[in-house]
Amino acid sequence: MTAISPRSATTRHNPLDWLKQIHLTWWITISYLSIMLFLPGAALLAKASTAGWDGFWKVATSPIAISAYQVTFVTALGAALLNGFFGTLIAWVLIRYDFPLKRIIDAAVDLPFALPTSVAGLTLATVYSENGWIGSLFAPFGIKLAFTRTGVAIAMVFISLPFVVRTVQPVLGEMERDVEEAAWSLGASKFQTFWRVVLPPLMPPVLTGVALGFARAVGEFGSTVIIASNTPFVDLIAPVLVFQRLEQYDYAGATVIGLMLLILSLVILVCINLLQAWGRRYG
Amino acid sequence: MANVEKLARQVTPSATPAKSRDWVKIGLITVAVGYLGLVLFIPALNVFIQAFKKGLAPLLHNMSQPVFLHAVQLTLICALIAVPLNTVFGLCAAWAITRHRFPGRAFVVSVLDVPFAISPVVAGLMLVLLYGRNGWFGEFLQNQDIKIIFALPGMILATAFVTLPFVAREVIPVLEEVGTDQEEAARTLGAKDWQVFWRVTLPNIRWALLYGVILTNARAMGEFGAVSVVSGNIIGKTQTLPLYVEEAYKQYETEAAFSAALLLALLAVVTLVLKEILERKTRIEEVKEDT
Repeated sequence: MTAISPRSATTRHNPLDWLKQIHLTWWITISYLSIMLFLPGAALLAKASTAGWDGFWKVATSPIAISAYQVTFVTALGAALLNGFFGTLIAWVLIRYDFPLKRIIDAAVDLPFALPTSVAGLTLATVYSENGWIGSLFAPFGIKLAFTRTGVAIAMVFISLPFVVRTVQPVLGEMERDVEEAAWSLGASKFQTFWRVVLPPLMPPVLTGVALGFARAVGEFGSTVIIASNTPFVDLIAPVLVFQRLEQYDYAGATVIGLMLLILSLVILVCINLLQAWGRRYG
Repeated sequence: MANVEKLARQVTPSATPAKSRDWVKIGLITVAVGYLGLVLFIPALNVFIQAFKKGLAPLLHNMSQPVFLHAVQLTLICALIAVPLNTVFGLCAAWAITRHRFPGRAFVVSVLDVPFAISPVVAGLMLVLLYGRNGWFGEFLQNQDIKIIFALPGMILATAFVTLPFVAREVIPVLEEVGTDQEEAARTLGAKDWQVFWRVTLPNIRWALLYGVILTNARAMGEFGAVSVVSGNIIGKTQTLPLYVEEAYKQYETEAAFSAALLLALLAVVTLVLKEILERKTRIEEVKEDT
């Protein structure tokens, strides 16, 4: 650790010379990541291991936990897939057509990235509640949106909306229109052109966007905790369960469920990287 | 003449597909805007309408409450420390990753995204397990009489954790694209490392850097989950503005909640406007370079 600057590591040969070759910026990066990321991660793993395998498994697979994973996973997947469809459509409309206010609408798609999640939860809970603007339209039919699982889904749709639009837009923008025209002139129908020519290169970015949105929705806490009733076995999601366990000072329980969530997130992250590699090969 | 008529008859049907294409276009735009309206625009509009529903006076009254002002202050402090910290880290990481090849480089690149993938609640939990009373450093910190969890340092750590990757992620692609030619030229002309960075690299990456800083700041000021876990949400003590929104809503003080929400929504709007301006600037520069 004595000489960090590469400049001083030139003349004499020392077995530790390679250490001196390492740039200061690299030391800062590694140290900061260690303090901010690796150390907290290690603390989580260590705490989880104190429970022992049986204890871990018992908490991780308790009925309330299983139900929470299920609600989180299924709802987040539904929200991500819905945005996969509508996000592609929005990207298509924004790239291919011109219409009034297009630039503002395009910029506003990023709103869920910029708006704090508790504000999103607050306003969604208000709008979709029984006497809210949209919720009141459904209330006469006995459909409750806010404070149910549907509410959780709405919050997840909101926060994962920009991902698909933003992954599809650049690919769609670079796509050659000639290819489509060639397909048309060769007698392909509009449907065939879309299905066979336009869609295949769009699949990697669409799936990447869906996976990114899914990852975000699975971990989401701020907006979902506000719009849900947080009732176990109904609309209690895993991040809220971790939070509740912590509030009850059940650190072991929080750790086990938190670790399960973490593993799920890392698996999704690996999938995203694979999808992106696939997309690059396409392009 | 007959031939022309025949031709005209053949040509006219093609007008119908064009018209049907118009209908498809209008239909698709309507569906897209309708979806965005339901999910995005109506809820966003709702924040402003609810905040101003009873006029300006109650809004200003809510905003001048000590608890509210304290929350604003705390939000600013967290961002003011976490943003520069992550900016320096982001620059170092981006520089190290793009300009040096060292063991573990690929690992660091892939690890960089982890804070985005982790649930904010789990991020907060990790910090509690590390610095909390029963955590690894708990005893040591207690002996030194340092409080991290349920206090400001923990909130700053949580904020820094969730905003860690933004700057690096924005700067890395630009550094990669710019390449090292200019920097090497500067070095052969005798420039020192620091000079190279300041005079050559920084001007090249300034917009990406600024963009990363803006995103970091927006997330830092708006973070809820991770801060909520480590802060304990003690009113008037460890409550940031996003936490204030939730607490007020839970206490049925919807008006107060929307007053705070308005401020945060304005922050989001400013962020989006700055983002748009920066994107336009980089686009113009790209066009200039191409010609």
